[in-house]
Amino acid sequence: MFDALLGNPIISAILVVIAVPIVLVGYIVVVERVVGLFRRTTAGRVRPWLWLAPALVFLGVFLVYPTISTILRSFQNRRGDAFVGVENYQWFFTQPDTLIALRNNVLWVIFLPLLVVGLGLLVAVLVDRVRFEGAAKTVIFLPLAISFVAAGVIWRFMYDLNPDIGTLNAAVTGVGGEPRAWLVEQPQNNLFLIIVGVWLLTGFAMVILSAGLKGISTELLEAARVDGANELQVFRKIIFPLLLPTIAVIGTTIIIYALKTFDVVYTMTNGNFNTDVIANSMYQQLFNNGQPGRAAAIAVILFLAIVPVMIVNIRRFQQQEAVR
Amino acid sequence: MASQRSRMRRLSALLGMAALVAACSGGGQSAAPGGESAAPPPAGESPMASAPAGSPGAGTSFQCENVGGEVSVVGSWTGSEEDSFRAMIAPWEECSGATVNYTGSRDLAAQLTTGIASGTLPDVAGLPGPGLMKEWYDQGALKPLSFVNFDEYAANTPPGFADAGKAADGNLLGIFTKAAVKGLIYYNTGVFTGDAPTTWDNLKSAAASAVTGDTQPWCIGVESGAASGWPGTDWIEDILLRQAGPDVYDAWVNGTQAWSSPEVKAAFETFGEAVAGAHGGSNYIVTTNFGRAANPMFEDPPGCLFHHQASFITDFFKNEAGAADGDFDFFVMPDIDPTYTGAITTAGDLFGMFNDTPQAQSLIQYLLTAEAQQIWVERGGFISMNKNVPIEAYPDDTSRRSAELLQAASTAKFDGSDLMPNAMNQAFFEAIVAFVQNPGDIDTILANLDTVQADAYGG
Repeated sequence: MFDALLGNPIISAILVVIAVPIVLVGYIVVVERVVGLFRRTTAGRVRPWLWLAPALVFLGVFLVYPTISTILRSFQNRRGDAFVGVENYQWFFTQPDTLIALRNNVLWVIFLPLLVVGLGLLVAVLVDRVRFEGAAKTVIFLPLAISFVAAGVIWRFMYDLNPDIGTLNAAVTGVGGEPRAWLVEQPQNNLFLIIVGVWLLTGFAMVILSAGLKGISTELLEAARVDGANELQVFRKIIFPLLLPTIAVIGTTIIIYALKTFDVVYTMTNGNFNTDVIANSMYQQLFNNGQPGRAAAIAVILFLAIVPVMIVNIRRFQQQEAVR
Repeated sequence: MASQRSRMRRLSALLGMAALVAACSGGGQSAAPGGESAAPPPAGESPMASAPAGSPGAGTSFQCENVGGEVSVVGSWTGSEEDSFRAMIAPWEECSGATVNYTGSRDLAAQLTTGIASGTLPDVAGLPGPGLMKEWYDQGALKPLSFVNFDEYAANTPPGFADAGKAADGNLLGIFTKAAVKGLIYYNTGVFTGDAPTTWDNLKSAAASAVTGDTQPWCIGVESGAASGWPGTDWIEDILLRQAGPDVYDAWVNGTQAWSSPEVKAAFETFGEAVAGAHGGSNYIVTTNFGRAANPMFEDPPGCLFHHQASFITDFFKNEAGAADGDFDFFVMPDIDPTYTGAITTAGDLFGMFNDTPQAQSLIQYLLTAEAQQIWVERGGFISMNKNVPIEAYPDDTSRRSAELLQAASTAKFDGSDLMPNAMNQAFFEAIVAFVQNPGDIDTILANLDTVQADAYGG
């Protein structure tokens, strides 16, 4: 009876929607009752921890524990029954395939933030001065709502070798050129994959930079213009420095995207034609090759690569908070 | 719910045992075990009489006995295929008194993997492939079919094929009933009108004489998303089997034949010749989906003469290229080295057993019989593994020719890449893409595959 009820997806969804808030509120009520039993000073010290406890438990179970067990797993063999030292890491840094994946990630980390922030800034500054600003921003922002997988599928059509299907080749043959295999020709095919990411993320950079731009006081800009600065000087000496903290936050966020990139590569080339990236190589080791130890090692390497960027990002965030 | 079902199953197993005991004590029917039985069934487990000695190939020795109870079956067949399967098992249900609870599933791998994790498994199930079959056996979920008279089963199927259902330790795990012939070469009947070539050289000269500026010998396309490259693996398998023979083929599948060995390299080179003479060039081949690969064959002027693929591709001819029945025909890929004449590659649907019950044993033995398989053969859409199903039973010309190929085969080998460990298979796919793109890199590509081979076949 109860099994059958839980088996029904609609009923169990309703149960979850109702039960989870009840449990949480119930927890708070109980905590307050318990805290009420303490003396005022002790209560003040205990209360934050008890309020934090659910979040800490969730973080521990879903973040800290998996991280530690992944790190441990990366030092174990394939079956997970013996420690093999740094063998998995050694494997990663001696395989031609994984080294190419590493190289491609470096390409992603350089080009994706550069193009996304550059184009986002350009669009933000330019549309700031036109009448149809809203419409233009909407069009550029729209791809952000599309999933990476769907974007991969869309762009496979764009890059298709057959000019009847591939938009790019239709354009090339339209002006008398030969159709080209954009995703096959190396090494520029990596750039064509990165462009898919740029298409998706430029809107994100644009809205945030645009908001930052609106925050710059017009008096400042007017004063500069009255003093004889041309538009380029205004941009370089005033707008850009004032936007720098925003640019840094966006840049680091995009760098994290670039390091984790998976979907676009998986759906468009699956790492063929020397376009593999670290995350895809991790997926292949785990799900195709049954090598959890190696997959864990790759995950740890990816994690270590992201940590410094995260630290920079958090520092920036804290500085901004401090200014406010 | 679940506990109730397992109680039912235990009860039915008990009933089955009772029926078995009754049959044994009352009938005196059980014949002496045949002398050729590969692995004598454990005492008291098999209610079936085994083969009369000295008559392999003369039909299976299965005798239906009343075991009662029920047996749960999960298979990949739904819709009209499910109807045919039910028709096939109806006579068994009648004579055994057992009921078959059949469930059709689109995704056997996912359903059975979760079933193994939760412990709720069917007695008998279709298996997604030899790789997972072996994994499930190693995990202890899949039970060995030691009650099947392997010699008799192997004698009734094309030579060499039944071995693909064995575990590494030699135990039989999966049986084949339904087969498919791979390595067929399709052509447009309006373009290629010569006789089917009997040797590879014949085929090459026939192709050479027909080649014009627009028409190349081959249409090839290896793009297939995350599995890109697999159509090329079928090419290599067909070439290697015909060029180097079944022993090299088996050693290669089992990981004891190096990829950089002269035989395997020669197979890649033969494939390379076909690639060099293929429509569109290498960039076209690696970016063209296998389903659209043959479209140029039906264009005017035709882009190519031949397309190498398994029989399922005719659906794509009709839906992708707009071809109609009669616009195309096939011949099997001809011999390359006459020493190995009649060697073909095949695929097939596997059946295995998760719960060792008398009903499951009886059903599996019944499914192997020619009588059972003939029922589905006559309904259409089924190529039987069993040589004793008469050719006349096939309702249409295409399936009749496939069945003839199977029956006449001197060696029938299961799709090699499917038998390899997953890591090897995946590397093989990628190697095909890399090779088509840069055939000159063959030594680097094969050396890389050797590294994967050394790694993938371990524990």
